[in-house]
Amino acid sequence: MTAASAPPMIRVAGVDKFFGPLHVLKNVQLEVPKGQVVVVLGPSGSGKSTLCRTINRLEPIDSGVIEVDGQPLPAEGKELARLRADVGMVFQSFNLFAHKTIVENVMLAPTKVRKTPAAEARKTAMELLERVGIANQADKFPAQLSGGQQQRAAIARALAMKPKVMLFDEPTSALDPEMVQEVLDVMTGLAKDGMTMLVVTHEMGFARKAADRVIFMSDGEVVEDSTPEEFFSAPKSNRAKDFLGKILTH
Amino acid sequence: MSVLTNNLDLFLRAFAQTLQLFAISAVLSLVLGTFLAALRVSPVPVFRGIGTLYVTVLRNTPLTLVFVFFLFAYPLLEIVKIEPYTAAVVSLSLYTAAFVCEVVRSGINTVPVGQAEASRALGLTFVQMLGNVVLPQALRSVVPPMTSTMIALLKNTTVASGFAVFQAGTIRDSLSEQGENVLLGLLWVAIGFVVLVMPLTYVQQVFEKRWSVAR
Repeated sequence: MTAASAPPMIRVAGVDKFFGPLHVLKNVQLEVPKGQVVVVLGPSGSGKSTLCRTINRLEPIDSGVIEVDGQPLPAEGKELARLRADVGMVFQSFNLFAHKTIVENVMLAPTKVRKTPAAEARKTAMELLERVGIANQADKFPAQLSGGQQQRAAIARALAMKPKVMLFDEPTSALDPEMVQEVLDVMTGLAKDGMTMLVVTHEMGFARKAADRVIFMSDGEVVEDSTPEEFFSAPKSNRAKDFLGKILTH
Repeated sequence: MSVLTNNLDLFLRAFAQTLQLFAISAVLSLVLGTFLAALRVSPVPVFRGIGTLYVTVLRNTPLTLVFVFFLFAYPLLEIVKIEPYTAAVVSLSLYTAAFVCEVVRSGINTVPVGQAEASRALGLTFVQMLGNVVLPQALRSVVPPMTSTMIALLKNTTVASGFAVFQAGTIRDSLSEQGENVLLGLLWVAIGFVVLVMPLTYVQQVFEKRWSVAR
């Protein structure tokens, strides 16, 4: 953690969100300091994905405050686009641009949003693809890659914008089991490099190994906020005990 | 055959005129229609309203009435005087744009929502997202219906016959003045249209093949 006076990278305060009559986020409080890796765990339907998506306003909230690097989220428009450019996001379903090659996927936002010259953007893109281990796939289309390769390309695409913080919305949930590790390795590398990360996942191994903090959500509430050791060895709440019992026994 | 050979000059001039009407209206309606589709999917409710209103009015009005408006009613407004030929281009373009809009919009709806979300998450503006990510993918799936819309436009150019705009549809009038066999003449006009439509079908096949990218 850095100086205490610096604003947290992400601040979520008193956030409520409804889908019709369904109360999906209930007075959620969360701060992620710069450089910290926070893993959000919880049963499906607990609101963890929604929480992740509210941070760059892919889901608008009904009340409360969300700040990124001390800046409250602006309303939809140019301001919000600028803020989103600084917040990397990785989706469960990769969402690579289907009509562009892998390297073009990585280059698009830097050239269009940051106005980086194409040659420079391509060079950076190739370096990033090298870093995630798929430089040899650069000229293929997304559909020609395996799920794991696609997700690594998606991480490279997000990193190309040099984001201050990365959001991962169940990045390995749509992958075949043998491809999960290659994506987690890239994420662990990022965490080691000091990237601020909020990771919604079901990968307990990653939470144990790479997380500084574990948030446990259930029914739209943050139930526990502790270190991985504490959470996995001595969960405080019954809901967390129940959840861990279900996933760790098999 | 003699109907055609004796009046070859008439046929060629008339079909050239048809092609010109078609080409100009096609370009204008594609541009305007795509713009309208962008309005209809925009996050701004007012823009969506304008797009919807346009489509509702123009798509539900018979083309003949659009022509009547621009040839007879519009001049009474005394804004800018336009020639009958220009009025025909304007009528055809505005009318066809409503159909192009709906074709493009249906294409936009085939693009998975994640593509737009990923664009927004990267900081692309709405226009950048549409231009770089959504429309290029949407246009691939609209080649067949768009071709149909363009074929309809090509044939709709004959509606201009009723408004003294010279094109393939008026060949019949000229033939009947000269005492030629009108029915045979019309048969040749029909064949002429088939010949004009065939390249459009070919273009459709080329684009479908080129743009068939696996998702």
